[in-house]
This record gives sequence, C-alpha cells and structure tokens, in this order.
Amino acid sequence: MSRVFVCGLGAVSPAGWTVAAMREALDKGQPLPIQPLERPGWTKPLSSRLVPNPAQRLAFLGHPRLRRTSPVTHYAAAAALEAVAKVRTGNDPDSRLGIIVCLQSGCVNYSYRFFDETLKDPTTASPLLFPETVFAAPASHVASLLGNAPLVYTLLGDPASFLQALGLGVEWLEEKRVDACLVIGAEETNWLRADALWHLDHRAIISGGAGAVCLSLDPAWSAGVELERITAIHTYTAIRSQSQAALAMRAELPAGSPEQLLCDGIGDSPRTDAPEIAAWRDWSGPRLSPKRILGEGLMAAGAWQCVASCDAVAGGRFAAAIASLVGCNQHAIGARFVRGARGISHLPATPPTGSIAP
Amino acid sequence: MLFPAPSPPSPPPRVVITGVGIVTALGLGWKPNAEGFRAGRTAFRPVTLFDVSRQRVKVAAEADLPAALPASRLSARQTGRLDRASTMLLLAALEAWQQAGWEPSGHLPLILGTTSGGMSLGEDYFRQAVQSPRRHRRQPTRALYYQSQTQGRIVLDALGIGGPVTIISNACASGGNAIGHALELLRRGCATQVLAGGYDGLNQLVFSGFDSLQTLSPTLCRPFDAHRDGLAIGEGAALMALETLESAHQRGAVILGELAGYGATIDLYHLTQPHPQGDAALVAMTRACEMAGVTPADIDYINAHGTGTPLNDISEAAAIQRWAGNRAATLPVSSTKASIGHLLGAAGAVEAVVCLMTLREQWLPPEVAFETPDVACAFPVVREPRDAPVNVALSNSFGFGGVNATLVLRRWA
Repeated sequence: MSRVFVCGLGAVSPAGWTVAAMREALDKGQPLPIQPLERPGWTKPLSSRLVPNPAQRLAFLGHPRLRRTSPVTHYAAAAALEAVAKVRTGNDPDSRLGIIVCLQSGCVNYSYRFFDETLKDPTTASPLLFPETVFAAPASHVASLLGNAPLVYTLLGDPASFLQALGLGVEWLEEKRVDACLVIGAEETNWLRADALWHLDHRAIISGGAGAVCLSLDPAWSAGVELERITAIHTYTAIRSQSQAALAMRAELPAGSPEQLLCDGIGDSPRTDAPEIAAWRDWSGPRLSPKRILGEGLMAAGAWQCVASCDAVAGGRFAAAIASLVGCNQHAIGARFVRGARGISHLPATPPTGSIAP
Repeated sequence: MLFPAPSPPSPPPRVVITGVGIVTALGLGWKPNAEGFRAGRTAFRPVTLFDVSRQRVKVAAEADLPAALPASRLSARQTGRLDRASTMLLLAALEAWQQAGWEPSGHLPLILGTTSGGMSLGEDYFRQAVQSPRRHRRQPTRALYYQSQTQGRIVLDALGIGGPVTIISNACASGGNAIGHALELLRRGCATQVLAGGYDGLNQLVFSGFDSLQTLSPTLCRPFDAHRDGLAIGEGAALMALETLESAHQRGAVILGELAGYGATIDLYHLTQPHPQGDAALVAMTRACEMAGVTPADIDYINAHGTGTPLNDISEAAAIQRWAGNRAATLPVSSTKASIGHLLGAAGAVEAVVCLMTLREQWLPPEVAFETPDVACAFPVVREPRDAPVNVALSNSFGFGGVNATLVLRRWA
C-alpha cells in the first residue's frame, strides 16, 4: 500500500487569490459580503459572492496560451501555480506532473457569449470564443502553463467528483506514470449559471473560484499532510437516495474527536443540506462549513473543502481532518487527511486560529 | 474504498468485450452500422434540428431516433425528459447490456466520455431565460438534465445498476479515454465488469463553433485526401460491456473481441492545432501497443482520427509514419468520419466499435469519396469495400487541447 502525501495547496475564492486569504475568511467565520448579479428581464438581481479582482495583474496572463482565456481558466491556473510552487521550484523542476481538472458547469461565460452571438448572427460568431467553451480547455491551458504534464484529464460531475479525481491521481502515482498529480476543481460565475442554480435551490448564493491539491508519493515533497483514505463512491440511484449514500459514506469514517476537524459541504439551504446534516448528526468534534462563508461554488466548493481540510492539518491545528463531499446529484464521497511527513515548508506552521468550534 | 485500494493483480487480467451498443446516422445497432461502414456509405444530409440558414455549411450526419424507446426500468416521466444525446446514450447502453447478458449490480462502474453532454437542453434553457425570463416551466428540469452526471444516472436507473459514474471530457478523445480508463480499472482489479463508451448529440453551439472556425467542409469530408477541406459533424453513441476474461469464462459469455491496449497522452502545442509531427500521438500509439504486446507489424488496420482537416490529417499521418516505419507502406488506414462525420465525445467509442466490426467480420471500412492521395500520407487509404484478414486493429482519437487516446483491439477466435 502506498503512502500518499499532499505536497501543495492552492485556492482562489471570493476571499481572494491564495489559500491564506481563504483561511483568513474561514477563520473569521463570517459569511463574505454578497454582491448583486444582474439577470436579463428581472429588476431584482440574484445574490452572489464574486472572486475579487487580483491586487495586481496576474503574471501568467502573459503566457501566450492564457491571454484570451475565461475566468475559470484564470482561477484554475492561479490555484495550480500556488499548489505546485514548491514541487516545481523547490524540488525537481523536471518532475512529471499529472493534471486532473474537475468541473460541473465549466466555461459558462464563453459558452453563453458564443451562443448568444450564434443566435444573433452565426456569421459573426467569434472563432476565438468557441475553443474556450470546451470543457477540456482549462486543463489544456494549465498543462501548457506548467509544462511537462504527460497525463491530463478533465472530469465532469457534481462536487464530490473532486475526491474521485484525487483517487484517479493516486492511481497515476502508484503506476508511476507521473511524479506528482495536481487535482483542480474550478467554476466561474455568471448570471446564467446563477439563474440555473436559483431554479434548483432558491437559497443558495452562487460563487466561483478554484481549489487545488497536489499529491505525491515522495515524503520529501510532503507539506506535512498525508491522505489517509478516500471512501468508496456512493452513487445516488433509483434504489439508493442521496441520504442513504451520505450515511454510507459517513459510516466509513471515524467518530468525532476534539483533535479532528470535519470540513463539511453544508451551506444555507436546509432542504439541500438535509442529507449531509443527517449523516453527520453524531459528530461531536470541531466543524467547518466553507460554503456558508464562501458561497455555493459547486466544484470549486468541493475543492475548497479539501484544501481547507489539508490546510488545517498542515498548519498544526488538527491531527486529522475529514472532508465530507455529499454531491448535489451524483455521489457522496469522503476523505480523511492526517499529519504526515514534512519535507517542504510550504504552508505556515501556525495559522491564525478562529471560529472553528465543536 | 477508493484509497487505499487492494494491490493490483499480477499479471493484469485480460479484458474482453461481451456486449456492444452503437447509434450513428447509419442506424441503430450493430447490423445497419456494420453494413454501412462495410460499404462506405455516407450519412450526411441537411440539418433539420436547428436553423442553419445563415451558416456557411448546412449538412451534418443526423441520427434517426425511434419514436419510442425500448422498455427499461425508467419511468415515462424520465424518458420524456431525455434530450437527443441522452436518448442515443440510452439506446446504446440497452443494446450493449442486452448483448452482454449482465445481471443488475450495485457495484458496476459506468465510464462515459462526452464533450457537450446535454448541450441542447442548455440551449433551450438559454433561449427561454433570455426570451421569457419569468417563465419557469421546464427550466429546473433542463438545469438538471443538462448535466452529464444526470445522463449517467439515467443509464444506471434504466439498467438497474448502481456503481460509480466517471465522466471524462477530454474533448474529442473522450470516448477513447473512457474505454481506455475502463481497461485500466479492470487491469488494476478494481472491477470485473465495466460499461464504458461515449456519446454526443448534434447541437447548434458546437455546429456553429466548428463553422466559425471554418473547419467544416463545404464539399465532402475526405480524410487524408490531398484536396480535403474540412470535417463534417455527426452525432451518436457507443458503449462496450467490458469484463475480465475470467468473468466472461465463468458466465459462459460470448466473447466479441479483446481490448488489449490503451495509450493516453497530451501535447502542449496549441489549443486547437495538433503538433505538426504528431509527437504525442506517436507516444499514445506506442504505449497502447506496448500494453497490448504488439508491434506495428502486427496491426492489420488503423481506424484513424482522420477528421479531414488539413492540419489534423497531416499531423496524424506523420505520427503513423514515424510509428510504423516501413510497415506504413502496406498498413491499411481509413477514417470512418467520412461516413458518419465527427462524433466528438462519441467518436473514440464508436470507432472502437468499428474496429471490433472489422475483427468480427473481416473487412475494412472504405472512404468511398477519397480520390487523390496526399503525398504526406505514406500509408494506403482504404478506398473500396473489401474483405481482409484483421486480427489486430488500432483506433486513434485526438482532441482540442492536444489530448490523444489510442486503443488496440484484438480478434477473439
């Protein structure tokens, strides 16, 4: 059995463009401010939590492949660069990197714009936009930016697919097809996606961004966190409800304890959150719910949960952390991260403590 | 548990195909498709699904779908909500399932490749959201059924299975990647049976997208022809019931063929253009053959990605020539996109099924519109229907973003 280490984390969220910014917001424990999102035909805007503009121009936008890319690629690229910073520069810059980008909505901004142009006049629909509508575009751009990425996949699904992708990354590592594997979950926000979410869940507050976790088998690359387990994939079917799947996932993970953090996917919608709330009713340890602070980032939110879990362990606040990903319409998967070897000093040893409470 | 997983068996088990489902513009199911591909029939016609009056190109390979779906475990309400892509996916799944004779299981993985999932529902959603923003009717259903995981769920519910669903969207290599990923899963001992394939329905956004890039042929799709001028779009689905040889033997199943090799790579050259020398494609073919334990001398037929665009075909031709060496001069190659167009996320899966047809029935699918060989292509392009001994076939799938997937299939005699 292989030991799998987390060797880097990255995050872009409504809190900012780094893991530290996300950590600070989560520690404060206060939901981030809501911004209005206009939608055609309505006077009342939708609610959203948007990623703030970066403090300075993103250097990677100078890369020829990224100049015309959409926000989802920007978020994925920024999170990726943060997550592989030490792997690429501090260890072996020639290391072979596997990349898996997970999406639920994908490149909605360019898809919306391109289809809008098509309906108005297809003869003037921009050929520059269309390639960016493809689900695989962000992964290709990130691979081009990072280089030496021999294996690159894009996975679609609900937010729990982020852990499915971590499992795939472990397979690639164990088969020695790559030296490190970067898993990214990303989403971008626009009115159309917010409108669709509103139809399914009136209380959810849309947000966007990305989270990235880089894995390796090499303890020398570890940021002090080890992937201990990923539960089975508990798929929702006609004969297994979301609630039953969530309970089955929960049954594979340990009981609560003060030194162990539960990072769940509970947001602001009692109806949507009910299966996960029920599954973890017995939990007695400390708990963190990033969506309540950052918003419904779909695949990005699944990634944030995993990043926050790893960050809490890497920072020394908890001996272990559980990420509970009860997806909205596909499957429930959980993972547990524990303290592991610390080969690289990438993450701060003593992050600020905040509102995480049992 | 996904991780840690049990140690993989050594040596890895052989993987065989015991069921196949296919839907293309040539027809529904094995028989009409095999007849069509064998004859090199073309299935292009004016697009009827959406307005193409202002598009540069106005034809595609639309599939004729039945008015009613075969009986399954789905409710009438569920089937009434399916879009074209989901319908084709379901038809292919039911055919593969029936042929394989599998029993419902709570642990049967489903692996799908797609590029646009339920895009036609997304288009309907957009139109209504813009034109009648306060009209909510059908919008929640569209928002849900648009998502590819919902389409995967439809297959699970129709067949009464409950395993994990994996959806790979590696552009036009997706279908090949899905089948290849299933092969890896079986070889690792993570499952004994996997249902895998690809699907994509024709939709306005994608059609207009390729037209905007001026990659659609205004004449005929003629892959590898010196006068080729672009690709044609099609739609379809194909699924394969894959299982370990031991599982097939235990069930006494009829084995249709062996899935022997898979190679996946990416080139970082350009978002929409392949590497001119086909570097990564070459590696994908090499890896797939290494896994299968074959060399170019063992390959009897290549079903090329062969889109019919100048850049793709020149790149693939270079890769095949570099990979095959002297063997290229006598290695039969064709692209069945000349018959059914480019099926995008379904292409790799459908073309793997075409390879299986050549192995089962011992013929080569021709490109009947092919006229003038391109001097850059060192291999013979199959131009006329003909029988031929085929023991090992190779299928290439390449996509936007530089993703490449190669599958190797072996005859089961």
